[in-house]
Amino acid sequence: MYSEKVMDHFKSPRNMGEIEDADGVGVVGNPTCGDVMNIYIKVKDDKLEDVKFKTFGCGAAVATSSMITELARGKTLDDALEITRNDVAEALEGLPPVKMHCSNLAADGLKAAIEDYRKKKGEE
Amino acid sequence: MDRVYFDYGGGSPVDPRVIEVMLPYMKENFGNPSSLHSDGLTTKNAILESKEKLASLINAEAEEIVFTSGGTESNNFALKGVARRNKDKGKHIITTSIEHISILNTCKQLQKEGFEISYIPVDESGVIDTDKLRDGIRDDTILISVMYANGEIGTIEPIKEIGEIASEKEVYLHTDAVAAAGKIPIDVSENIDIMSISSNDIYGPKGTGALYIKKKTKVQPMIHGGGQERGLRSGSEDVASIIGMARAAEIAKEEMKGEGERIGILRDRLINGILDEISDTYLNGHPTKRLPNNANVRFSYIEGESIILSLDMEGISASSSSACTSKTLEPSHVLTAMGISHADSQGALLMTLGRYSEEKDIDFMLETLPEIIMRLRDMSPLTPR
Repeated sequence: MYSEKVMDHFKSPRNMGEIEDADGVGVVGNPTCGDVMNIYIKVKDDKLEDVKFKTFGCGAAVATSSMITELARGKTLDDALEITRNDVAEALEGLPPVKMHCSNLAADGLKAAIEDYRKKKGEE
Repeated sequence: MDRVYFDYGGGSPVDPRVIEVMLPYMKENFGNPSSLHSDGLTTKNAILESKEKLASLINAEAEEIVFTSGGTESNNFALKGVARRNKDKGKHIITTSIEHISILNTCKQLQKEGFEISYIPVDESGVIDTDKLRDGIRDDTILISVMYANGEIGTIEPIKEIGEIASEKEVYLHTDAVAAAGKIPIDVSENIDIMSISSNDIYGPKGTGALYIKKKTKVQPMIHGGGQERGLRSGSEDVASIIGMARAAEIAKEEMKGEGERIGILRDRLINGILDEISDTYLNGHPTKRLPNNANVRFSYIEGESIILSLDMEGISASSSSACTSKTLEPSHVLTAMGISHADSQGALLMTLGRYSEEKDIDFMLETLPEIIMRLRDMSPLTPR
C-alpha cells in the first residue's frame, strides 16, 4: 500500500520527540479523525534550527511528520511556509489517494508552529 | 522466517484434507450435475451428499441447503429474497447496529425499495437488547436478522431467545452465522428460518458459501436461469468447491469441540497476556459469551494501522478496525455501537486464531507487542507524560 520511502520513515522516524523549550508549537488534527500531529520548532536568526514532531495516527501520518522535519530544517521561516502538502507527499514518493487528504497534515502543522512562533514574537 | 498469522477471520487456509477431496472433481468428475449421462449423475449425487454433510453440521435437512458464492451473497440472498417475496405482508425489517457490512448495505438497498429498517442497539459488550427487539416487532414486521456471533468482537448473540421471540410473533428469523459456524455448535431447530454460512471461514475454499432455508420459508430466487438449486439460485454448480465446503463442514463437526477448547486456551493466554503486560488496554467484546478464536483489544493513545504495520514488519499478520484502516475512513460501526468513542476505537487490534495457531505464536506476539505499543505511545502526543 505504501511506498518504500513511507515505510522507511514509518520504521525509523526522523526527529521524533518534543522540544522542551520550543519557540513555536503547531497542533493539527484530532483523535476522532485518527490523526493528531504536534510540530515543535526552534528558531534562530529567522531560520528553523530544529524541528521535531509527535504524532498519533496511521503510517502516512507518521511518515509525513517525519518528512516535514527533514524538509523544513535549516530553512528560513518564509521558505518553510512555502512547503505544501504535495511537496511532502512527493518527497515520500507518493501517498495512497485516500491518505492524501486525511493524514497529510504535516505541512499544516509546520505552518501552525511558525504562526505560533510569530504570534509569540508579536509579529502578526 | 515463518510468518505468524492472527487473521483467520480475514482469510483462512484451506485444510489439506479438503483440497484432497476437491481435486477429483476438477480432474475426473467434471460432468454437469444437470446432465442426464453418468458423468452428470456422479456430480449430482456428490452435491446431494454434500448437502447432507453441511446440513448435519447445523441439524438441518439436505434439501434446506442452497450453495452460494459466499457469506456476502448468502446475506444478500436472505434479506432481499425474504423481503421482496413477503412485501405484501409488510415492509418492516429488524436488524442490529453491529451486523456485517453485507447486511447493513443490503438493508440500505431495501430501504430504497420502500422497506423500513429498525436497528436494535447493543450493550457495551456487544450483546443485543432482546427487550428492545421484542418491543420493536410490529404487525408489518416480516423479518428479523441478527448475527449468530460478531466476527470483529467475537460476541455471541442470544439467538435461542431471539428465535423464541420471532417464532412467537410469527416473523422470519435470519442469522448470519459466517463467524460462528464450525466454531460453536449451531442448531437451526432453535427457530432459525434462514442462515448464512461461508466456506472459507470453516477452512473450505474461498468464493463459496451456503444458505440454509427452512422448508416452507417464502424466498424470492436470487439468480434466474436454468433452475438449479430448486430454482432459487440458477447457474451450473461449482462442484469442486461444494465438495470442499462439505468436507470442511464434516471436519468442523468432528473436531469442533476439541479444537474450540484448544484455541480458546490459546486465545485466553493471548488476551490475558496483553492485558497484564500493557497498561491502558481494554478488551473489546464480551469476556465469556465469545467465539473461542477471537481476541480484540484496544490500546489508548495510539492508532490501529500503525500497530498493524509495526506487527507486519516483525512478521505478524493481524487486523484492526480503526478508521484509518477502513476504505471509508469511518471508525468501526461495531465499536461505535458499543459506546466506544471514536478516539478510543482508533487503537483497536483484532487477532483471530485458527486451526493452525500454536503456543509459540502466542509467545511471539506477547514478546513483540509490548515494545511496539511502547514505541508508538512514545511517539504519540496523546500519551500522558
